[in-house]
Amino acid sequence: MAERRHRKGLAAVEGLPIIAVLIGLIALFMIAAPQVFLGHRIYLSFLTTVPPVLLLALGLTLVVAAGEIDLSFPSVIAFSGYLLAMCIKDLDMPWLGIPLALLGGALVGFVNGVLIAVVGIPSIIATLGTQFFWSGVTTGISGGTSYSLRTVDQSWVHTIFAGDLGSFPVQFLWALGLTVLVWLLLNRHRFGEHILFIGDSNAVARVVGIQVEAEKIKLFTLMGLLGALAAIILTLENKNFFNTQGQGYLLTALAAVFIGGTSIFGGQGSVVGSFVGAFIIVMIEAGLVATGVQGFWVRAVVGIVFLGAVLFHLGIEQPGRVAEMRRRLAHVLPRRDRSVSNGGEAVRAAPTTRERS
Amino acid sequence: MAMQRAGHVHAVRMEGIRMAFGKVVALDDVTFRVGRNEIVGLLGDNGAGKSTLIKIMTGVLRPTEGRLFIRDEAVSFEDWSVRRAHALGIETVYQEKSLGEKQPLWRNLFVGRQITNRWGFIDVAAERRIANQVLKEQIGFRGAGIDADSPVALLSGGERQGVAIGRAMHFEKDLIVLDEPTAALAIKEVRKVLDFVLGIKARGRACVYIEHNLAHVHEVADRLVILDRGRVVAELGRGEMSVAELTRFLIELQDRREHSDG
Ligand SMILES: Nc1ncnc2c1ncn2[C@@H]1O[C@H](COP(=O)(O)OP(=O)(O)OP(=O)(O)O)[C@@H](O)[C@H]1O
Ligand SMILES: [Mg+2]
Repeated sequence: MAERRHRKGLAAVEGLPIIAVLIGLIALFMIAAPQVFLGHRIYLSFLTTVPPVLLLALGLTLVVAAGEIDLSFPSVIAFSGYLLAMCIKDLDMPWLGIPLALLGGALVGFVNGVLIAVVGIPSIIATLGTQFFWSGVTTGISGGTSYSLRTVDQSWVHTIFAGDLGSFPVQFLWALGLTVLVWLLLNRHRFGEHILFIGDSNAVARVVGIQVEAEKIKLFTLMGLLGALAAIILTLENKNFFNTQGQGYLLTALAAVFIGGTSIFGGQGSVVGSFVGAFIIVMIEAGLVATGVQGFWVRAVVGIVFLGAVLFHLGIEQPGRVAEMRRRLAHVLPRRDRSVSNGGEAVRAAPTTRERS
Repeated sequence: MAMQRAGHVHAVRMEGIRMAFGKVVALDDVTFRVGRNEIVGLLGDNGAGKSTLIKIMTGVLRPTEGRLFIRDEAVSFEDWSVRRAHALGIETVYQEKSLGEKQPLWRNLFVGRQITNRWGFIDVAAERRIANQVLKEQIGFRGAGIDADSPVALLSGGERQGVAIGRAMHFEKDLIVLDEPTAALAIKEVRKVLDFVLGIKARGRACVYIEHNLAHVHEVADRLVILDRGRVVAELGRGEMSVAELTRFLIELQDRREHSDG
């Protein structure tokens, strides 16, 4: 009977295991690259590099919790970034850039939502298509050139989105505020509850009276808006726009979400996990660079961490799957290797696999 | 509201309902009425169209053709939805899954009609408290290691059914629709459901009851409607047939169908 009890007490604190992982990681890098990780400058720099990843991860947490995926956000970083850069440089109206960039992101998201909820294209396919479409459009209208926006720091637009309070970067306040907001939205708001039920099962969501199509359109529009905000902060921080500026975020933002423990099957999402996950992924990148690892290897490691995190959480969420996986593995690997790699256990597993096939 | 309740004859009236899923015609020109204080038993073979009919009634499905009257007033199917049905006092226990597996029971109890403030934020404490109360008093989950925070995934099939029924009991208004509510229940629990149905009648409300166990339906229903391959083939008042006669009637119906098919 005690087995049926859900997690209570310390184990129920959202994101606790992942916070432990973060602390362990910091300790590791302190040993591996003490000259960098024992100083405070690196941590301060995280406060400017984490926000774009975090804002994307927040939106993705909601999308993944709804059982969907969005692969088009790199194009929002490009498209909204372009709209902002164009207002600053070509029109000399930085203030106009903010609503225009947000509108651009919302448009991309809205179109995604309609394609997924109304037309009925699976989100992985729909957003892959729109990713290509909008990044193509951006390259086309920007002429493929990059914009240097060096003078933008005289504008209040820069002060609000990427300025400094002493040496504390303002964008981190945005990221922090939105983390709280998205947490409340997912865990305490009607909309968040609808997302969780949709992620659990579209059929159940319909039966209990949730307007699945409308909620999905809202969800993807919100994702577009958060992507646009990430684009605004990134572009203003870098004081530069180039039309491939979103591409590096595809892996990192999704990794942050899955490291954080949001379920790849939907129906459950951890905003605290994604918050910590964003730090972990940015720290791994920075830490590897600091220990002298080359860029392409960093990407390879991040890819492994991404898959490792998914596997880890899969094991926690559905322990049965791990046993299943082991059985399949035993089936695929040739007999000799099996007994070497798995010892006695594989031998015991062998008859059952034969029975089943 | 009370005036209106006294005034209407039927809780729900559906006329000329036709439902086609592609080439499959699940319902053909079905007329179905539920009186204000009537328990209607809906009978028919597997695939007869019972669940489809009640899903149309409760706003989950939109029919190909047909008219709907709630409390004797015409309602367009265009703006008929689960939400409207809830708002107009129709509560349903569906045959298939109607609970979010990974979600705690308190969310499952209130989803679709959460207790919120004006900005849509949920009063979690209140929902939890009421959910625990419903679990204890209406469903009778006592000391079974289940509380408002337990996710549905930890519950047995019968317990899930219990939660779905408890939800309907809690929100009970004008009409309760039960689609094979006892399918997963132990004998003692079945008795509870039947008593609940009789209680609906006593409280002056209406109920549509679907079950394959004829003795159960026969006991509680004021009127029986028999569906066969998407058509109403018989309507029987209380006492018009004994359980034995009813059984024979349904078997003959099945035989006749097999002859015409073969
Ligand atoms: N979503 C759907 N798409 C296609 N056909 C459907 C759908 N839902 C129901 N049907 C078909 O409509 C017919 C009636 O189904 P329905 O579920 O209403 O039967 P039922 O009387 O409730 O049966 P049971 O006693 O087995 O629950 C069946 O032939 C079924 O295959
Ligand atoms: Mg049915």
